Amino acid sequence: MTQAFRIENGGLINRDKKLSFKFNGKTYLGYEGDTLASALLANGVHLVGRSFKYHRPRGFFGAGVDEPYAVVQLFRNGETEPNIKATEQELFEGLEAKSVNCWPSVNFDIGAINNFLKIFLPAGFYYKTFMWPKSFWYRIYEPFIRKAAGLGVASTKHDKERYEHKYEYCDLLIAGSGPSGLAGAYAAAKNGAKVILAEDKPRFGGSLLTSDVNIGNQSGKDWAEGIIAELKTMPNVVVKNRSQIFGYYDHNMLVMSEKVSDHLPSTKKYHPNKRLWYIRAKEVLISSGSIERPIVFGNNDTPGVMLSSAAKEYLKVYGVLVGRKPLVFTNNDSGYETAVEFKKHGVDPVVLDSRKNPESEIIDEAKNLGINIKNSYVVVAAQGYKKVKSADIASISEDKKQLGKIENIQCDCICVSGFWTPTIHLASQSGNKTKFKEDIDAFVPGQSKQNEITLGAANGVFSLEETLKTSFTAGSELSKKITENDNKIAIPNVVEKKSSQHDKFWCVPLPKGKNYKRFLDFQNDVAVSDVEIALREGYRSIEHVKRYTTLGMATDQGKTSNLNGLQLVSEIENKVVPAVGHTTFRPPYTPVSIGAIVGREVGKHSKPTRKSPMHSWHEKNNAVFVDAGVWLRPRYYKRGNENLFEGSKREAKNVRTNVGVCDVTTLGKIDIKGPDAAELLNRVYTNAWLKLPVGKARYGVMLREDGIVMDDGTTTRISENHYHMTTTTAQAANVLSHLEYYLQLVWPELNVNVVSTTEQWAGAAIAGPKSRDLLQKLFPNSDVSNEGLPFMGYMEGDLFGAKARIYRISFSGELAYEVNVESDYGNFMWEKIIEVGEEFNIQPYGTEALSTLRIEMGHVAGSELDGRTIPFDNALEGLVSKKKDFIGKRSLQRSAFIAEDRQRIVGVVPLDKQTSIPEGSHLVKDDKAPLPNPKLGHISASCWSVEYDNPFSLAILKDGKNMIGQKLFAMSPLKNKVIPVEIVSSHYVDPKGERVRS
Amino acid sequence: MLYINCPHCGMRSQNEFSYGGDASVKRPELNKEVSDQEWDNFVYNRKSLRGKHLELWQHISGCRQWIKVERDTATHEIFRTFKADEEVA
Ligand SMILES: [Zn+2]
Repeated sequence: MTQAFRIENGGLINRDKKLSFKFNGKTYLGYEGDTLASALLANGVHLVGRSFKYHRPRGFFGAGVDEPYAVVQLFRNGETEPNIKATEQELFEGLEAKSVNCWPSVNFDIGAINNFLKIFLPAGFYYKTFMWPKSFWYRIYEPFIRKAAGLGVASTKHDKERYEHKYEYCDLLIAGSGPSGLAGAYAAAKNGAKVILAEDKPRFGGSLLTSDVNIGNQSGKDWAEGIIAELKTMPNVVVKNRSQIFGYYDHNMLVMSEKVSDHLPSTKKYHPNKRLWYIRAKEVLISSGSIERPIVFGNNDTPGVMLSSAAKEYLKVYGVLVGRKPLVFTNNDSGYETAVEFKKHGVDPVVLDSRKNPESEIIDEAKNLGINIKNSYVVVAAQGYKKVKSADIASISEDKKQLGKIENIQCDCICVSGFWTPTIHLASQSGNKTKFKEDIDAFVPGQSKQNEITLGAANGVFSLEETLKTSFTAGSELSKKITENDNKIAIPNVVEKKSSQHDKFWCVPLPKGKNYKRFLDFQNDVAVSDVEIALREGYRSIEHVKRYTTLGMATDQGKTSNLNGLQLVSEIENKVVPAVGHTTFRPPYTPVSIGAIVGREVGKHSKPTRKSPMHSWHEKNNAVFVDAGVWLRPRYYKRGNENLFEGSKREAKNVRTNVGVCDVTTLGKIDIKGPDAAELLNRVYTNAWLKLPVGKARYGVMLREDGIVMDDGTTTRISENHYHMTTTTAQAANVLSHLEYYLQLVWPELNVNVVSTTEQWAGAAIAGPKSRDLLQKLFPNSDVSNEGLPFMGYMEGDLFGAKARIYRISFSGELAYEVNVESDYGNFMWEKIIEVGEEFNIQPYGTEALSTLRIEMGHVAGSELDGRTIPFDNALEGLVSKKKDFIGKRSLQRSAFIAEDRQRIVGVVPLDKQTSIPEGSHLVKDDKAPLPNPKLGHISASCWSVEYDNPFSLAILKDGKNMIGQKLFAMSPLKNKVIPVEIVSSHYVDPKGERVRS
Repeated sequence: MLYINCPHCGMRSQNEFSYGGDASVKRPELNKEVSDQEWDNFVYNRKSLRGKHLELWQHISGCRQWIKVERDTATHEIFRTFKADEEVA
């Protein structure tokens, strides 16, 4: 198909490079430099989608970020992305896109019956209708809505693209590269400031690309090109196109999404798809320009009705005529600029101006060109279903209440201009208190909250001369404060046309007997009548009207609808617009890909993976790994076809009969030094620490100030003023912060230093009746006998040349030791232990066997120390000193904590000695009791006891102390299990602790 | 994201810090008799005020020092920051 609507010459596209693309299955041609929108328009395609609620045909309304209609599903390089604006998507060879919001097709859309049933879809329809009957929701309403609505489909596949995050700091961040942004950036750059200039479009220059002005002795466009070229050569300047600053956050942090690859058929190797910039700027210069606003009239959503500025942009930038019989409907001079452009390209427009007798340079030019201008005329309604075919027009009385006789004129597009709305989103997000500017009927930034200044059209200044003057000055002043340079720049002369006053007219009245839909919000199908209903039903606050009608809630965030909505509310409520106020602007300004927000933190990069120095040995020996916080730990070492249950049982049994070795590197380790170290421990732990001799370890429990157990572990006195503390893997970071808190803030008088040494030491736990024999062979020169290294003893040793720390501590209930060496020797240590241990039938054991061994013993761990239990609950009250004070002690006197029937740890055995009890099961007295069945306690940990060869669990049970011997039921609704159980002591194996001392 | 002036390291982004609550809370001295009310006030009761608030932050991904930050809880404005042992006038 030929590009029938492309003019012969002109535009900024590259006519030497043709690109072929597909839209809804049909192939078209466009040029490099086109957007999908301009290429479709060049081919005469105006129908691109269906509207959200009524499924009315939708065309193009804008030419950029403000576009409310032309949202498509994009297919690129085997991936698909929804919610893409055709007006922003640059064309590339092989691009494929499809309409959204239409089913089964854009030309025949079943949802369009909503349009004929619109009586059923007024404001609040969803709230009112889909509430009842409840049973209809899943069966009828939801499937229907899901099928009929939505702005595209998210891919369910893994996204192969890469997204990056970048952190940047600068003196001046400039949002927008129109005249104001360029002037501000240039002045600041000349003063040596570190400048970032961001432009969301592919081309720099903003309004200068389409306006008929001169700066200095060149056209506005050439001037912009010159400035950009110079800025790009300066080392202190970063110039970014395709980069949207979408959010202004606290303390002058702004976030920018840079589209690195979206304009290419596929992402280049090593390039990201998008890059998210977190920019901390000393000063922010907002030059985001303004967006033309529509005038509201009947059927103003028909394809072919578009903003007059968009029509001009398609013509001047892309060389595309949006129609051959254009009707321009305006209340200000901007419409004439578009009309003049049409005329210059041999197309005869008709201009309807709502004003009675406006006079200005551009109007004179239009008249001289012989353009047909009708003053005091308005478009009453567009006619045509899938495309504008004609317009009903009429004269309008001076008070804008009475329409004259309706005439119908042929046209194929209606270019509408209702004056300009400054883009104040960023300023408002920064906390700026915006104010209403009467002479432009719009809000502009007021009092700045952060270091931000808004200039040019975004500040309601539409004169180029004033914009350049204020922007050069601001760029220069702001940078001078920072760099203390003051390079004066001559502000160039400006030639521009002076414009006449616009008409404060925004909505054409309905003619008698007609009930045209007059849309305010084009993306969400909110019409004048919807807002009227909302107000009639009592909604007053603009925020409530917004939510009830969905006005301004679509992905375009009401860029073209906000002000007209406010005009309507203020008119009905008989208030002035500033009294109605605008809704809050929230980031993002425009939709941002979830991928860009997540960045590189996906898949295995979503959190760090920490591995012990022995990791590769575990891998080689068939370890099956499990996530333990950020660590990877062996869960069991698979032999043959063993499953987890079989493997862990074998490993645990081998510890009970021979000897096993477990990688305990992940335990948190804190080195504590200083003359007051013992005093610190004495305050942090519940038990007494002042008399621990050098060379001895002690088990300790620490509480939070509210009396809840925070962590447990052993601490060893290495030398007079030097201790080695261990924490659980999960709490390592919190315990260090906890110690630092007390040392820095509460007891700064204590002379103690703490530092994390978790990564510095590799650890191996050697446990089992044969562990001492093995240890003696590992350390032939050390006396590791029961006398030489008693229970809870510590010594240093020489492990075949590697310096080692040996602790006699046990969490398995067996005779056990823990050997630490510097991390670099971890693998060496491990291999030596396995090699020397062979004669004692050593086997490595993983976390599953480790858990089995500790559960059988009744030794509490994370599942009992769950942030809800006190020492008594864990049978640790013996470790709570009555004599000294410590962190959290006072809380232990709380009445709930000393209640007679306080919960306490118990053991649980199923009566059939067969059925394993799921962790999390509730313990109840009567399994037949009506729901909710009163819960007496819960199963915290379960294992298969290798000692007794039957299931065994630990539970936290109400009045557990007096429940030993009772029969209860363990119920797990999740697993659909009811298991009769008997309550026993939590110390199931070796209750007197003889083995560890043997 | 806030921009916090660590008195030891300088201006750093919020993601290097962790929050530590009201800095005006004083822990009762060890071994001192305290009433239930006093203890509850120390452990649980906070003002949760709107406006200027002296609070603790720890520079966990930096110098690991606990610092005091004077911040407006409504506007996020940070007025001053102090070292742990600095008196706040
Ligand atoms: Zn610091």
